[in-house]
Formats: sequence, C-alpha cells, structure tokens
Amino acid sequence: MTTTKPPSGKTSLEDVALPRLGPAGMLRWAWRQLTSMKTALQLLLLLAVAAVPGSLFPQRPANPAVVTQYIQDNPGTGPWLDRFQLFDVYSSVWFSAIYLLLFISLIGCVIPRAVQHWKALRSQPPRTPRRLSRLPEYGTMTVAAGTALTPDRAIEDAARILRQRGYRVQLGDTGTDLPSVAAERGYLKEAGNLVFHTAMIGVLVSIAVGGMFGYRGQKLIIEGEGFTNAEPGYDSFFPGTSFNPGALVPFSLTLNNFDVTFDRNPASYGNPIDFTADMTVQDSPSDAPRQETLRVNEPIGFGGTNVYLIGNGYAPEITVRDGEGNIALQGPVASLPTDATYNSTIVIKAPDARPDQLGFVGFFLPTAMVDENGVAFGSDPDPYNPQLNLNSYTGDLGLDDGNPVSVYQLDTTELTQLNGRDLPDGGIVLGAYQTYELPDGKGSITFEGLKRYVALDIVYDPGKAGALVFTTLALLGLIITLTTARRRVWIRAGQHEDGRTMIEYGLLARGEDHSLAKEAIRIGSALTAHWNKANDQNRQATP
Amino acid sequence: MTPVNETLGQYSELFMLLAALTYTVSFIAFAADLVRARKVTTAPAEPAQEPELAAAGTMGTVQWTHGSGAGKANDHKDAVVDDSMGYKALRRPAARIGVAVGILGLVVHAAGVVTRGMAAHRVPWGNMYEFTTTGAMLVMAVFLTALLFRDLRFLGTFITGLVLVMLMAGAIAFPTPVAQLIPALQSYWLIIHVSVAVLSAAIFTLTFALSVLQLAKTRQEKRGKPRTAGLLRLVPSPVSLEQLAYRLNAIGFILWTFTLMAGAIWAEAAWGRYWGWDTKEVWTFVIWVVYAGYLHARATRGWDGTRAAWLSIIGYLCVIFNFAVVNVYFPGLHSYSGL
Ligand code: HEM
Repeated sequence: MTTTKPPSGKTSLEDVALPRLGPAGMLRWAWRQLTSMKTALQLLLLLAVAAVPGSLFPQRPANPAVVTQYIQDNPGTGPWLDRFQLFDVYSSVWFSAIYLLLFISLIGCVIPRAVQHWKALRSQPPRTPRRLSRLPEYGTMTVAAGTALTPDRAIEDAARILRQRGYRVQLGDTGTDLPSVAAERGYLKEAGNLVFHTAMIGVLVSIAVGGMFGYRGQKLIIEGEGFTNAEPGYDSFFPGTSFNPGALVPFSLTLNNFDVTFDRNPASYGNPIDFTADMTVQDSPSDAPRQETLRVNEPIGFGGTNVYLIGNGYAPEITVRDGEGNIALQGPVASLPTDATYNSTIVIKAPDARPDQLGFVGFFLPTAMVDENGVAFGSDPDPYNPQLNLNSYTGDLGLDDGNPVSVYQLDTTELTQLNGRDLPDGGIVLGAYQTYELPDGKGSITFEGLKRYVALDIVYDPGKAGALVFTTLALLGLIITLTTARRRVWIRAGQHEDGRTMIEYGLLARGEDHSLAKEAIRIGSALTAHWNKANDQNRQATP
Repeated sequence: MTPVNETLGQYSELFMLLAALTYTVSFIAFAADLVRARKVTTAPAEPAQEPELAAAGTMGTVQWTHGSGAGKANDHKDAVVDDSMGYKALRRPAARIGVAVGILGLVVHAAGVVTRGMAAHRVPWGNMYEFTTTGAMLVMAVFLTALLFRDLRFLGTFITGLVLVMLMAGAIAFPTPVAQLIPALQSYWLIIHVSVAVLSAAIFTLTFALSVLQLAKTRQEKRGKPRTAGLLRLVPSPVSLEQLAYRLNAIGFILWTFTLMAGAIWAEAAWGRYWGWDTKEVWTFVIWVVYAGYLHARATRGWDGTRAAWLSIIGYLCVIFNFAVVNVYFPGLHSYSGL
C-alpha cells in the first residue's frame, strides 16, 4: 500500500538523532514529533481510552448527587478516584491535555499541508518520468503505419481525452521525437481531507464558545403557574464562564395544562406514550401572548433560547393549619417520582406554622393499593386513588439561618416527630379531600386536590449553530476524501522507423486507490476506440 | 394513537422463527463448503481468467497491450483464489445452496421485521429486541449485497452463524411485546439516527470478519504453511482482505460519523444539549475515535497490516459492547432498552 506522511513529519527518529541540537533544535524536534502522523495516531487512541472511565464512574456534571453517594459508599477508593478526577473525566487535566495536544498536533499538521496543497493546486502535473513501465499500471499501443497519426497529434488527442475524464493536463516535449502529456486528477481528495481536519478545529471552538457565553437553567412549573426568564426565577442556574446576563431573553410562559397518556395495552401497561404541555408564552412583556404546545423532542424557541420538557410529576394541593387554627400553607407541593408508576417522595414545609413550625416527609402514590401486610404501594401512574403517606415533625425547620436548603429535603434530626409508623399515633394516610388532625393540637393537614407539574430545562448555547455547520463540513469533507482517488497519468508517443506510431502510458495512485487498474483500462479503451474511429474515417476520406 | 395490532405481532414472531430455521440450513451449507474445499483439487491448470484485464487486444488499426505492474500477480500455483477474490474454476455447489437459502431466509426475515413495524405503526427499531432483529437483517442484507461485488462466500458461515445468534438473543434475552414508543423516542430522528447506526454496525460486522481472517491468514503464512491448506483455503491473501476491509471500514466510518451527528442533533432537540457525555454518547464517541485511528493507522508507516487489523477488531468489539452491554447494564439517558 502507499504510505502518506504529512510533510511536516518528514523526519523520523533516525533522521533526528543529530549531534548537538541546541534549544531551538530541540524545540523544532519536539514540534516535529508532535505533528507527526504517528503521534496523531497515538493521541487518537489515547483519547478513546481516556473517554472510557467517564462511562464507568458517575460524573459530577450529569449527576452530582450520585457522585456524593458513591464516595460515601466507597470510603476507601472514592476519594482516590476523586483525586484523579475520575468523577469529572471530561473536564479533567489529563483528558484536556490529551485533546489539546491532539488539536495542537492537528493544527501543526493541517497548516503546512494546506500550504502545500495550495501550491499543488496552482502548479502543473509533474513531468513525465523516463521509465513509464515501472509504474503500477502500464500499457502500450501501436498504431499501424500509414495512418495520419503523428506523435504530436496522438498526444493532443490523449490530452483531450484525459481532460474530458476530469484530469488536469500538461503537454511536454512537444515538437520533439517523444512528446508526452502529464495529467493529474483528484485534487479534491486532499482538499476534502483538509476540510475535514479543519472542521474538527471548528467544532472544538464552537463547543468552547457555547461553554463560555451560554447558560443552562432548570425550572419546575406547576399547572397554573408561570415563569419569567430572569436569573432569580430559576431553581438552578448554570452560567457559562463568560456569561453576560444581558443574554437572557425576557420571555415568559405559563403552564395552563399538562396532559399525560399512558399505554393501556396489557403487554406494555403503564408506559408513557404522550406528554403534552399547553403553554401561554410571550416573547417579551410587550409582545402579545400566544399559545404553544411543548412536548418531548419539540422544544419551544425564543430567539436562540430553547425551553425543553425534561420531566414531570404530581403536585398534591395541600392545606396546613397550625396550632392556632390559621392557614400556615396552602397550595400545590411538587413531589419527586421515584419510579415509572410515579410513586413519589414528597416534603412539605410549613415554616409559618405557630406556635411551632411543621414539616412532613413521605410518599405520594397516584393509585394506592394495600398489600397483605397492610403496606400501601402504588400500582398505576394515573391518579385513580391518590394517597399521601406522611410522617410529621415539629420544631425549627432550619430555614431561617440563611443556609440554602433544598425544598425537596427536610433534615429531621433536630425535630420532634409527631407521626410515624412506629409512633402511637401512627403515620398519616390521606386520601383525596381528607383532613388529618395532628396529635397534641399541633394543627391539621388537608389533601385538597392534585395538579401536575413539568420540569423544564432552559438553554442558551450560542455555539450550537457553529457546531452544526462544522460537523456538516466535516462530514462532506470526509465523504469527498474517502470516495475520490488521486491519480496521475502520463502518456508518451513516438514514431517507429517503419512508420508505426507507438504510444505508452502509465498510471500512479496517490494514497489508497483500488480501481487504478480499472481506470487504466478505461483510458486505454478510450484511446484505442478514438484512434480506430479516426483511422476508419481517414481511410474513407482518402480512398 | 392507533393501538398496536397484536395478531400481526404474532405473525412477525413466526416469520422470525422461520427465518432462523432457514438461516440454519444456509449455515450448514456454507460450513459444508468450507470443509469440502480443504480436499478438492483445483480444476486443470488453465490460466487464471482476469475479466477486466482481458480488455486489451487488437482492434482495427490499433494494437493494445496492458499489464498491471510488477508484484501484483503473486498467485500461488495451487491457490484457489486470486488476489482480486476471483475464484478459479472451482465448483462450489454447497456455497451456492448457502447463498440461495440465505436469500430466502432474508426475505422471510424482512417479512418479520416489516410486520413488526406494521403491528406497532412505526419503524421497527425502538427497543433491544427490535434493534437485534433489524440489525441481524441488515447484517445479512449487507453480506448478500457485497456478494454482488466480491465473492465473499467464505464469510458465509460466520455471517449466517452471527445472524442466528442475534435472532436467538433477540428472542431469548430481549423478548419485548409489540408496543408504542415512549415519548423520548417519538421523533423522526429515531428513523434516521438508529437506522444508519444499525447499518454501519452491519458493515463493521463484515470488516470484523475480514480482519480476523486477515490475522489468521497472516499467521498461517508466517508459520510457513502453504496458504492453500486447511479451512482457510478459500480465504484470499491478507493483503486483499485488508484492502477490502479498508474500503468497507471507510464507508462504515462515514455512516458512523453521520450517526454521531444525527444523535447529537436529536439529543439537542430532546435534552437541550447536543453533547453531554451520557454513557451511550461516550461509547459512540469511543467507537468513532477508534475507527478514525484505524484510518490513520492505514496511512502511518508501521501501523498498517496487522496493527490496523487489530484496530478494526477492537472497534467492532466496542460496537458490540455499546450495543449489548451499555444498553442493558449502564444507567443513562438512553435507558429505553425495553427490558
Ligand atoms: C481530532 C483529531 C483527528 C481526527 C478525528 C482525524 C481523523 C481522520 C480521518 C477520519 C481520516 C481519514 C479520512 C481522510 O483522509 O480525511 C484522517 C486522515 C488523515 N489524517 Fe487525521 N485526524 C485527526 C488528527 C490528525 C492529525 C493531528 C494529523 C497530523 C499529524 C492528521 C493527519 C492525517 C492525514 C495525513 C490523513 C490522510 C491519510 C491518508 O492519506 O489516507 N490527522 N484523519
């Protein structure tokens, strides 16, 4: 096979072992090593290996809670894995080092090749070598004496036929005894390769642009509620490193209704088959409201910022009355689904309750059934028999000391438990519209109704379009480079003493080329057919 | 939404079973061909026919001769196969039966895949069972299509055997009733992304087989055994295996690049980011990089030949891992294997 080496990598180790390189020489040597084809290959393989651990260990960016849990569960190995950044593989020092080196190598490789290709594009095909018979494809033709075909005519004909076949041609030695034509085609192969590699750099830059100037935020919206795009409104907000708050488009949206359809076919009972969120949206406060439907795979866009439907769940409507008889909490409280049947965990906090704050922790089951041990379990994702199973607590919920606390968690260590399965009063079991009076006159809790909520991701990624453009370019470049062949053809003609015209041709492929022989046959046939026809016509013309 | 058609779903399963039985016959025929080829003597020593190169000759006033350069025609005297995989006058009735029965199997198999899709009113690649059965169909289809261009019947045992394993794995390890798609999969990107992914995996299957045989054949030649002996007798030279594997891998790599892109576009529509290093994305990337490495290796001195073949094999093992292990055991956003 033919071996291609990038021009910058002309040097192999043996060539470099020169005495006394000096600092500049050392640098040049290092640069040549880095931009050599072998290094590129090794870095590519290293990159593949380095990407694997990220699929074996939980990753912080995707799932910080799982990482924390993992480290707790593996106190021996966890901290070590963490030290080697195995929970942040794709932003780790070692992973970054590999891909940065690869891309430096890529740039060092592409630039000289682009320069060389630019020159090649403007220069003529190389002169005809003396011995064509050494080339991988070689053939000869003899045209009988007495035809009007002179060597110069033959070469002109050959040049025309080659040009028709897409070759760039250069006549040589015209007017001599042995005129020849040199031809080359397939310049696009190298061009495609360069486009592909350059586009890779473009993809990386686009990703970096998105990471610097974009943002991503999460927001949970219960039916009937709304959201206006501003940083404080988010449940969580992750700005890019150079994020400018001015990039927040001032849209707003309200969730009117959220519809869920579950599969009722016995074999696949309970799988979700449709999620549809009816929204009223405004591009900005001054724009007219319009209706939009948000579905999975179909985000709503606001000039570059997209809203995605990522999750959903139930929000039971709760009323908590405190020991003094006042309403301490009223409204829907989002529960977090833990499985496909939407059995959910729920935390209810009533910090306004007096004399003591009240808190509840437990489960929400959309369709509660009771098993033989008297334990409630959920059996269907639709709310056929919604039920809350709660423990209650009283004391200081710890919301006032300024530390941020997740609304989905309640630290019960400092609290006094009022209800629970192990306590004399038992746990709280609330069906729809039921009220439960807390022990010791601490208040009551009522299950008033049920709403659904959606979990939205709101994303602005200014690098997205660039990434699409560059990957498309890469794909096109790849297709071109892998499907075109770069070939050279030389044809030489001469006259035998006895008057016959002799023609010889040779072909050479640059890079992988499996159909060079076929091309040689096609060119040979075209020439033969052409001269046969020309001779026939000549004969008829001159009887 | 239209409910699924369960009767049609049962027909689909019946077709799959029939296809498996047909492939078994084809497998046996191909195996018989390999075994038989060990003993058979080559036909009388007629010069090898080189169909394309026979074009030269005298026509009218022009006399033309053409030769492919030195070192190309290194055909062994008793070799039954030349380097362009043209087989000398060697009768292989068993292989013919293998191909014919294989085509029949593919037709029945296709009926099974199509009825599955019709039963669910969607493309039949939405869960592991469907990935496996549709994937097996494409492996067979790619193989039979390749036969139009090259005589690759020496791969028949491997391909039909693998297709059988896939059909069995689908039926035993991943049985899934016909069902509608979960919302995450309701996208036309499912049609584009998954079909191209499965097609490139089918192509990589072929190149995997070629690369394994290339290594085996290289070893056999190194050991100094005549390359005409044993079960590998019908297998062409390592060089021609490598070249064919390269061409197919190049096509597979283009398709895999497209798979990666289409997946990223879909991920952007579904989750708001085109790349998030989800386990499935990681492995798709790893596979892509390994095959990019393979293409590089072919152009790097000292890395072509055996080392490149190893990369082709490793790439395919990653494909299998991505499909069979990542889909089933690794948690991630792509958890819709239907298990
Ligand atoms: C991001 C890293 C890289 C990737 C993904 C990559 C991928 C590829 C692919 C897929 C091909 C085959 C298709 C084609 O010819 O265009 C290729 C070829 C090539 N690459 Fe890269 N490459 C990378 C980095 C490099 C670097 C750093 C160099 C220089 C040292 C390099 C030099 C070459 C050369 C010279 C070829 C042509 C090989 C031939 O003639 O067949 N590449 N690369």
